[in-house]
Amino acid sequence: MNTDDKIIISVNKLTKRFGHFTAVDSISFDVYKGEIFGFIGANGAGKTTAIRVLCGLSSPTSGEASVAGYDVYKQSELIKKNIGYMSQRFSLYEDLTVKENITFYGGIYGLTNAQIKEKTDYLIDLLGITSEKNKLIKSLPLGWKQKLAFSVAVIHDPKIVFLDEPTGGVDPVTRRQFWDMIYESASRGITIFVTTHYMDEAEYCNRISMMVDGRIAALDSPYLLKKEFNASSMHEVFVKLARAV
Amino acid sequence: MKRFRGFVIKEFYHIFRDTRTLLILFGMPVAQILLFGFAITNEIKDVNVAILDMSKDNTTQEIGNKILSSNYFKLYENLSSVLEIEPAFKKGKIKEVIVFEPDFGQNLTRTGKANVQIIADASDPNLANMIIGYTSLIISDYQRELAKENSFLFQIETEIKMRFNPNLKSVYMFVPGLMSVILLLVSALMTSISITKEKEMGTMEVLLVSPLNPLQIIAGKVIPYLLLAFVNSTVILILARTVFKVPIVGSLWLVVFECILFVITSLSLGIMISTISPNQQTAMMISLGGLILPTIILSGYIFPIDNMPILLQIISNFIPAKWFIIIIRGVMLKGSDLSYVWKETLVLFGMSALFTFISIRNFKTRLG
Repeated sequence: MNTDDKIIISVNKLTKRFGHFTAVDSISFDVYKGEIFGFIGANGAGKTTAIRVLCGLSSPTSGEASVAGYDVYKQSELIKKNIGYMSQRFSLYEDLTVKENITFYGGIYGLTNAQIKEKTDYLIDLLGITSEKNKLIKSLPLGWKQKLAFSVAVIHDPKIVFLDEPTGGVDPVTRRQFWDMIYESASRGITIFVTTHYMDEAEYCNRISMMVDGRIAALDSPYLLKKEFNASSMHEVFVKLARAV
Repeated sequence: MKRFRGFVIKEFYHIFRDTRTLLILFGMPVAQILLFGFAITNEIKDVNVAILDMSKDNTTQEIGNKILSSNYFKLYENLSSVLEIEPAFKKGKIKEVIVFEPDFGQNLTRTGKANVQIIADASDPNLANMIIGYTSLIISDYQRELAKENSFLFQIETEIKMRFNPNLKSVYMFVPGLMSVILLLVSALMTSISITKEKEMGTMEVLLVSPLNPLQIIAGKVIPYLLLAFVNSTVILILARTVFKVPIVGSLWLVVFECILFVITSLSLGIMISTISPNQQTAMMISLGGLILPTIILSGYIFPIDNMPILLQIISNFIPAKWFIIIIRGVMLKGSDLSYVWKETLVLFGMSALFTFISIRNFKTRLG
């Protein structure tokens, strides 16, 4: 366990290599409980690889990391009980209804029937999809699917939720609504670890880490980063960083 | 356990909501067994024959009637000259010409020896063989009757009769092979597709990040198919028993047990395929090309293994269906018990264990 209770993810010189290719190159950072931590970078910068290592989907080549107080090498089963995950690919079952998807994911995270029922009613109400609850997922618009996928990823109130490019291909209005849901979860004490390549979304994070070619090029709050790089938007910060490397 | 139950229920939703899956699972086995049983049969029925009777006496008349009243043959035309034989075959309507030599009856009663010639259209060699077999049998049957009446020894041909089985029921031989193909399709093909589908859709990642362990994921994927394959074996057995009157001489329980064992072997194969295939298409190609095709050709289902070149005989040992077919033929048709088929049963056990071991190892490395 970490000595500092407030640190929920601790990463030290974490490296992941695939053959000769170094996808994640000795990155170090801490994430504090309840914050929205963003991993920002171009496609192929190593964001997804880093998130996969932290979720226990892939094992690190070297370095140290702990998630929710558990070691990624030895305690990945314990990590899995304490996190939620939403992948960049859409992760609900298309041939199951809204209700069945919620029941299924609630079930695999060990919720009781009563809890599942309560959550189902709550989520259906929250998302305003009462009339669609018995429809197959494939008949819903993408924006609704994404919001539902997020709700399902936090259905078991995990300590941390990992969101890997959750808003890919979604319109700006839905993205805004999606971020409202993220804020709502954060206010309930769930730590959010999110990757994105939308620079406007970077502004919504408490702190962001800019990834360029597998390294962390900069890490701070959006405000301080803009100040440091003398930029008016995160986009400018990113362009300056990417050029510098 | 509750987690696991939810997983299995989800799997059933997938199966029952996909018409194509349902068709493969339930339509295909029934269609296949009926097709093989009725249409693709080795028995002959109402084959068109022509008779060239150069003797036209009572004996030839009787033999001719006996042949034509057998239900196997139907008289298409009477020929009057040897020259008509070739054109008759070329028209393609007849499969066989029976030629009686002149003075057939006289020769037979005087010398005890008469010649009849059977000419068959061998463009379909199997059929030709069977036609000749049936015809010779009927003729020798007639000769035997004649011998009884006259207490006089006539020459009876026995060669052909030896390799001919008058009760030949091809469906008896087909059923075990068909069972192996259907169970393999349902178990190996369908599981490998359903597992790779999760990979393709990205839901596998979510499952792997969840508290479910890989073993639970695999078991959850496999159990519905185990149940469905069991239902399928039952349907095949019932169809075989009721529609085609295939006997189950040995223990029904042993048949069921061996079916379950073979399903487990197939499922483990399916899982193994899914661990090496990145997507559904690959899984399907490997299952069809790498499993189903060799099973049909090399398992002894259609072509006898003993007649194969030695290399193919060796390869056939690696095909699980070969062992399953030996077992089922033994138990169902010959009434063998476990003391006769334990070796084959052990082979299936060994194969299942090996495939499961490889799959679990592959699945884990994939987790990284």
